[in-house]
Amino acid sequence: MTANLHSISVTVNGQSFQREVEPRLLLSDFLRHTLELTGTHVGCEHGVCGACTVLLEGVPVRSCLMFAVQADGASLTTVEGLGDDLDALHPLQESFREAHGLQCGFCTPGFLMTLLPFLEENPDPSEKEIREAISGNLCRCTGYQHIVDAVALAAKNMQRG
Amino acid sequence: MKPPPFEYLAPGTLEEALAQLSEHGCEAKILAGGQSLIPSMNFRMVQPAMLIDINRIAGLDSIRRTGQGGLAIGALSRQNKVERDPLVAQHAPLLHETIPHIAHPQIRNRGTVGGSLAHADPASELPVYAIARDIRLRLRSAAAERWVDAQDFFQGMFTTALAPDEMLVEIEIPPMPTGAGWSFQEITRRRGDYALMGLAVYIELAGDGTCSAARLVYLNAGDGPQRAREAENMLIGEKPAAELFEPAARVAAESEIDPFGSIHATIEFQRHLARVLTVRALEIASTRARNGGIA
Repeated sequence: MTANLHSISVTVNGQSFQREVEPRLLLSDFLRHTLELTGTHVGCEHGVCGACTVLLEGVPVRSCLMFAVQADGASLTTVEGLGDDLDALHPLQESFREAHGLQCGFCTPGFLMTLLPFLEENPDPSEKEIREAISGNLCRCTGYQHIVDAVALAAKNMQRG
Repeated sequence: MKPPPFEYLAPGTLEEALAQLSEHGCEAKILAGGQSLIPSMNFRMVQPAMLIDINRIAGLDSIRRTGQGGLAIGALSRQNKVERDPLVAQHAPLLHETIPHIAHPQIRNRGTVGGSLAHADPASELPVYAIARDIRLRLRSAAAERWVDAQDFFQGMFTTALAPDEMLVEIEIPPMPTGAGWSFQEITRRRGDYALMGLAVYIELAGDGTCSAARLVYLNAGDGPQRAREAENMLIGEKPAAELFEPAARVAAESEIDPFGSIHATIEFQRHLARVLTVRALEIASTRARNGGIA
């Protein structure tokens, strides 16, 4: 099965990549295995857990429910595009650390990529809006309360700029 | 898991897609939002030899008023876009109310209106809406075009009137008359899960306040969207009132739906939910109808 390859060009976190992919390669596996951007995590592979959420043209989508070949020409943002240095964390990441919004951290990249556009659109969300926004992301550690706190803190910090 | 290998086509125009479909229809699947198809492929429950990806075709995602005052929605319209569209909120309030119940926000960012209808999952929301509102579906093939009523489109579990060479390209929603009332209700174990039970209610009141049209359509209640015709008939000609809702809900829940039960809900519990949700939906729909269709 080497004949059936498609050439694709994508921009990930501002950097351009051109690769040959089999149509059946999931976008999540393309990011992790082909581009070696392992910040995007893979949980359920059927769209329930939200761990693999990335931004496609700024919109949060499940990267396990898209084929890499479909992203040809598209611009993607993964968690590596936020702040990949402990000294230069994004305010959203900083708030997760400060409010204990993570324990094992497996779900965190998906939460962050879901919340980034949410907070841009809703700079001052209510608790109900926060819970609705994260309804598509599962966390098995925190019980969600600290994640909700982290989002509220991020909203406050990001408004202050 | 990962999907098995397949051929991938990405036509740039509808004509190209329809030509490919007429050549490969029996072995090909159309890839729209992919939010049901790709998980099914990841599980290897479906293994199409070919995918025809229609996401690069322009013009399949428009939302516009029809000459009759209804709405026409392109099949490739993302659910999230429809959810936020002001025309939909104003002219198709039941659709506006139904869409947020579909899965999660990230799924609705990719999932399409046409994809969900063509998939025809008996537990999904849009087929129920389609029958409640008597929408029409425009099906195209390379050779022809035809319109199908929602009532005739759904033919059982994951089965529709679409022929192998046909594509759903647009839906048409009739206008809402004054005196119309609506409600969508469902119960899920967690936000975004498949519903244990749910229904769409649509009614119309005549000038004297009596019910002139009624639709009660249930999801996860049989091998397709289930209409409760007997319960609908109990409402017709009557003024909506609590004394009427309870017996109608009982008839619908006990004898007109055919839920399968699951590890999460026994058949008896699903019938209980149907009865409770029906009363709730009828109360909301009749209040809205009396208030002149104000949500």
